[in-house]
Amino acid sequence: MHKKSILLIAGLSFAALGTAHAADLRTQAISATCLSCHGPNGKSGGAIPSLAGLEKGYFVQAMKDFKSGARPASIMKKHAAGYTDAEFEAMGAYFASLK
Amino acid sequence: MTINRRDFLKVSGAGAASTLITGCASQGGASAMKGNPKVVIVGAGFGGATCAKYLRKWGPNIEVTIVEPNDNFVSCPISNWVLAGMKSMNDITHGYGNLSKHGIKMVKDYVVGVDTGKREVKLKSGSSLSYDRLVLAPGVEVLTDSVGGYKEAEAAGKVVHAWKAGPQTAHLRKQLEAMPDGGVFVMSVPTAPYRCPPGPYERACMVASYFKKAKPKSKIILLDGNPDIASKKGLFMWAWNTHYPGMIEYRANNAPRAVDGNKMIVSTEFDDVKADVMNVVPKQRAGEVCGMAGARNDSAGVWCTVKLDSFESTTVPNVHIIGDSVLSNLPKSGHMATNHAKIAAASIVEMLAGRPPISVPVVANTCYSATSDTTAGYVANVFRFDKEKGYVTQPDGGATGQGDEINLAYAESWAQNIWAEALS
Ligand SMILES: Cc1cc2nc3c(=O)[nH]c(=O)nc-3n(C[C@H](O)[C@H](O)[C@H](O)COP(=O)(O)OP(=O)(O)OC[C@H]3O[C@@H](n4cnc5c(N)ncnc54)[C@H](O)[C@@H]3O)c2cc1C
Ligand code: HEC
Repeated sequence: MHKKSILLIAGLSFAALGTAHAADLRTQAISATCLSCHGPNGKSGGAIPSLAGLEKGYFVQAMKDFKSGARPASIMKKHAAGYTDAEFEAMGAYFASLK
Repeated sequence: MTINRRDFLKVSGAGAASTLITGCASQGGASAMKGNPKVVIVGAGFGGATCAKYLRKWGPNIEVTIVEPNDNFVSCPISNWVLAGMKSMNDITHGYGNLSKHGIKMVKDYVVGVDTGKREVKLKSGSSLSYDRLVLAPGVEVLTDSVGGYKEAEAAGKVVHAWKAGPQTAHLRKQLEAMPDGGVFVMSVPTAPYRCPPGPYERACMVASYFKKAKPKSKIILLDGNPDIASKKGLFMWAWNTHYPGMIEYRANNAPRAVDGNKMIVSTEFDDVKADVMNVVPKQRAGEVCGMAGARNDSAGVWCTVKLDSFESTTVPNVHIIGDSVLSNLPKSGHMATNHAKIAAASIVEMLAGRPPISVPVVANTCYSATSDTTAGYVANVFRFDKEKGYVTQPDGGATGQGDEINLAYAESWAQNIWAEALS
């Protein structure tokens, strides 16, 4: 990637960034706040599932289903409820990119 | 302090590949500032250690130094489980060794002065460190002077707060083990705001869980400085009534005024309470170093107020405060401290590059509490950023009304993951 195009992307809002190669800092920051539970770089120790490498479509559907209650959860309904669909998309692209 | 420049560049280079955008963004900062910008962090707890890691991740050209006096990180979360005998001191003690792998410089020392004009911190050893931006993450100062007789009784080993995990946690566990069956454990809850609102009530559950098994005739008297149970009331009432009926006596509006280590008495406005083991937790304020920086700037001069998009002090420029020392509507938890750290790190990277702070639009808190050796519950809330109002609590959060086994397993996994997030 060229520096110029990177800077261009960095200026856009995270929502528009779904499929960029590297997530912008704001998306990384939002996603990072999930990792206090889900583990560094999305790799969990113990019972909480890992997020690293989840396929984007699966991730976004999971978040929507937590939010609606379609997928039963101990705690994720309370978290998913506070985020927007655009944030699910942006985070989904980011977590899918983590190995 | 000096940093081996060649080693430093090696580390930066390794990190740069995975952070394309911020990597090139912060090059702008470097040229704008001549050389690598310097961030000094005071305290390697949940806030400080996490902030250091994310500064290096998102701003690989930033020189990050942490000052911390302790050899090890001893976690307050899960320390109540040690009192129940569910975990050992070893389980909650972790080294700082991995932080250097991120190119973070650890200085084992204690900050004794801050010159915000010269942008310099003074260390107990006599040396000093200069900074472009300073991050204060010192946790809380426990005001033992606010309770009469506390210092003497504490020095004699008769009372502890164990509100900073470490030797006091181990001492309290020993006292509970030595207490005869039928004894009385007197514990107090400080007036809000204090570190970890559900913590005292979780501790009552954990001590009760131990008593139920090992000395079932014993009693717990909980002296609360607040007018009511300050957090997860439904959950704790459920736990006390179902797991420990008759064992816990709860007294609201009963802040201890004095302790007597010889007579083993905790005195409130109303009466003298006789104890076999005393665990009085005094009120708290922002860590000492916040006072040194002139950043205890709330109306009472006790806590720090910050701009919530960057966690920079509202009054002291170039000084960011994260974790328990901050006064806001965000809870004083380890979970929240790591999230403050990430928001602050993202904004500091931007500010060092001459750009405005990032406002991270959404952040969440969770506190799990064990209610017995097989059950736990939690409180969880999401907060969305508003320029005028700060982080606004979203409507769908809240606490569980009962504990269960799955939440105990998740609480344990949470602890593993947040320790790794801060220290691995
Ligand atoms: C019993 C108990 C249970 C808890 N349970 C939970 C829980 O389940 N979940 C949760 O999220 N939170 C919990 N907490 C709260 C959590 O421990 C705190 O919110 C968290 O530690 C705050 O992080 P911090 O970075 O602000 O401070 P700390 O983690 O306390 O770190 C501060 C560090 O700064 C260092 N320091 C201080 N002053 C200086 C100085 N002048 N120079 C150099 N270094 C200095 C200290 O040595 C320390 O290492 C609990 C707390 C207690 C007491
Ligand atoms: C308090 C801890 C906690 C936090 C914070 C948290 N999660 Fe979770 N997450 C869990 C638990 C526990 C589960 C298992 C489902 C359940 O019981 O709620 C889970 C499950 C998930 C799953 C399903 C994974 C799969 O393999 O199907 C996804 C996706 C997820 N979380 C995403 C997130 C995102 C994104 C965030 C941040 C916005 C987040 N989580 C924050 C604890 C947490």
